[in-house]
Amino acid sequence: MSVTPTVRPRAADKPPVSSMSARDIVFESFAGMFARPGRMLLTVLGTTIGLAALVATLGLSRTAGQQIIGRFDELAATEITVTSLPAEEGRPSNDLPWDASRRVERLNGVVAAGTLTAVDVGGVLVSGSAVQDPLNRSAFKLPVEAASPGLFDTVRARVRTGRLIDGGHSLRADRVAVLGPNAAAQLGVTRIDGLRSISIGDDVFLVIGMLDSVQRKHDLLSSVIIPEGTARRLYHVSAPESVVAETEVGAASMLSRQLPLALRPDAPSGLKVASPEQPQRIRSGIESDLNLLFLMLGGVSLLVGAIGIANVTLVSVMERTGEIGLRRALGATRRQIATQFLLESATMGAVGGVLGASAGMLVVTGVAAYQTWTPVIDPLIPLLAPVVGGVTGLLAGLYPAVRAAGLEPVEALRAGT
Amino acid sequence: MADTTPLVRLRGVSRDYGVDVPVRALRGVDLDVERGESVAVVGASGSGKTTLLNIIGCLDRPTSGGYWLDGVDVSGLSDRHRAGLRSQEIGFIFQSFHLLSYRSVLENVMLAETYGGGDPSGRVDRARDALRAVGLGDRPEALPTMLSGGQRQRVAIARAIVTRPRVLLCDEPTGNLDSTTTAGILELLSDLYDAGLTILVITHDRGVAAWAERSVHIVDGQIRGEP
Repeated sequence: MSVTPTVRPRAADKPPVSSMSARDIVFESFAGMFARPGRMLLTVLGTTIGLAALVATLGLSRTAGQQIIGRFDELAATEITVTSLPAEEGRPSNDLPWDASRRVERLNGVVAAGTLTAVDVGGVLVSGSAVQDPLNRSAFKLPVEAASPGLFDTVRARVRTGRLIDGGHSLRADRVAVLGPNAAAQLGVTRIDGLRSISIGDDVFLVIGMLDSVQRKHDLLSSVIIPEGTARRLYHVSAPESVVAETEVGAASMLSRQLPLALRPDAPSGLKVASPEQPQRIRSGIESDLNLLFLMLGGVSLLVGAIGIANVTLVSVMERTGEIGLRRALGATRRQIATQFLLESATMGAVGGVLGASAGMLVVTGVAAYQTWTPVIDPLIPLLAPVVGGVTGLLAGLYPAVRAAGLEPVEALRAGT
Repeated sequence: MADTTPLVRLRGVSRDYGVDVPVRALRGVDLDVERGESVAVVGASGSGKTTLLNIIGCLDRPTSGGYWLDGVDVSGLSDRHRAGLRSQEIGFIFQSFHLLSYRSVLENVMLAETYGGGDPSGRVDRARDALRAVGLGDRPEALPTMLSGGQRQRVAIARAIVTRPRVLLCDEPTGNLDSTTTAGILELLSDLYDAGLTILVITHDRGVAAWAERSVHIVDGQIRGEP
């Protein structure tokens, strides 16, 4: 039998040092991982689920948030309300004109406009029944609002039953009323087909319709709404309190400047315009609230994944004690052993990150498709997910790696026998 | 001029275990092993022979005493240097082979060069040469689980010699083998000895001890000379 030359020529008196190339570290780590493919897959699955949950929750929060914000923006960014400011002493009043709706509607970019005025009915109660029952309360203090016909389009009112106030009602000062659903429920009005009437104090009004919902001015849901002309004649309302306008998207800012001039060209500074600037703050508030909530949920999922990696790596270290002993006998330093195990756990974490990001994005897309939403996800999230997975794996592998590196070679060899 | 320093020199080496109730595994051991020598350390179970091998193999540190390997004082070396010695100057053969079951025979042999920092380009060829030297040149891709005990020990020997160490440390190398296989392994060790390799064998088997050029007896952690 031929035997290769066995003795290495002596290089110097200096003892050699152990060293391992990066390629070898990577190779050994991968070999270690693939030694037990089933376990590796299960470990990766833990991180995959954690990161999929994280990516999905972040994506869904963004998508849902965008959906909410989109709807919020659509309403908020297209609404302008103009009210009059109190006049300075000695100056004429800043009242809005009675034809405010028509003036506003003429402007380019306005979709609908209407006036809305809180009517002072002198503290009288509103009653749904002509008969006063001493045992059952039938009269309530309800807000009474005077509205121009255009207001209902402006607030996107939906009618549950009956009809809405029109120009004729206002012109003739008809004693008719439209009830908000809450007001109707309070007054016990459920149908209007029998010429149902209500009383505001001693004045009787025919209920011509009931609202189902509004998308702006939600106070109307609890109000009794009467025609503007009726309020003028019956309650001596001197001027509309506010003008509400719905604009086209993007026109609000310009119209905010034009409306005072159109309404009161003689004293535009006497009017106050509520333009949709404030909603920007609300929008970022909603977004950050949602993000925080979902980040917490995702963080918990990731923590569970990290604990999974730590557990499996620790078990792996214990099972591979003999191998660690052998590697130490063959010249591995503690640092090289720790690096190998850290690289294994970090790689599994990173792979879990890639798979998790893909799965998470699939979930976001699936949910968005089902809800017919537009899926929105920060492009950084799928790119960062493998990094987060890798770092998670690295942190999770820290303790097992330190434990592996701390094994004395003699004891490790004995344990692995 | 020929180097006359012993390859392995131990002076007054002791090793204690435990803190509360210390157990003295080695007691003032003096031992010289010359270059190209084959020495068998014979002793009963628990006599301290494996502790002695661990210290010579830089797997363990003596509690007291001095150890020089090829003239270098090993006692004061850092872990990294001691690991360097293990990777390049010392070859190990264990009773239970210690092969990685999930790696091929060739990869198991190549593993020995992983920590030496040497040229990786010829690693495969060197591992194949080592396998051929132990008579397993035809099964480089086999897994250790597919081999017999004797073949596994041959793979372990190939792994030990592929780095061309100065000394080969064998811990009961035939302890798990039958007599026929033992003879084959001893024949292989003889070839390595003939090629100039220094070999230290730990054994309780007198047959294996007889194979060595010199035997020393260890009793209760002390060298007692020829058995």
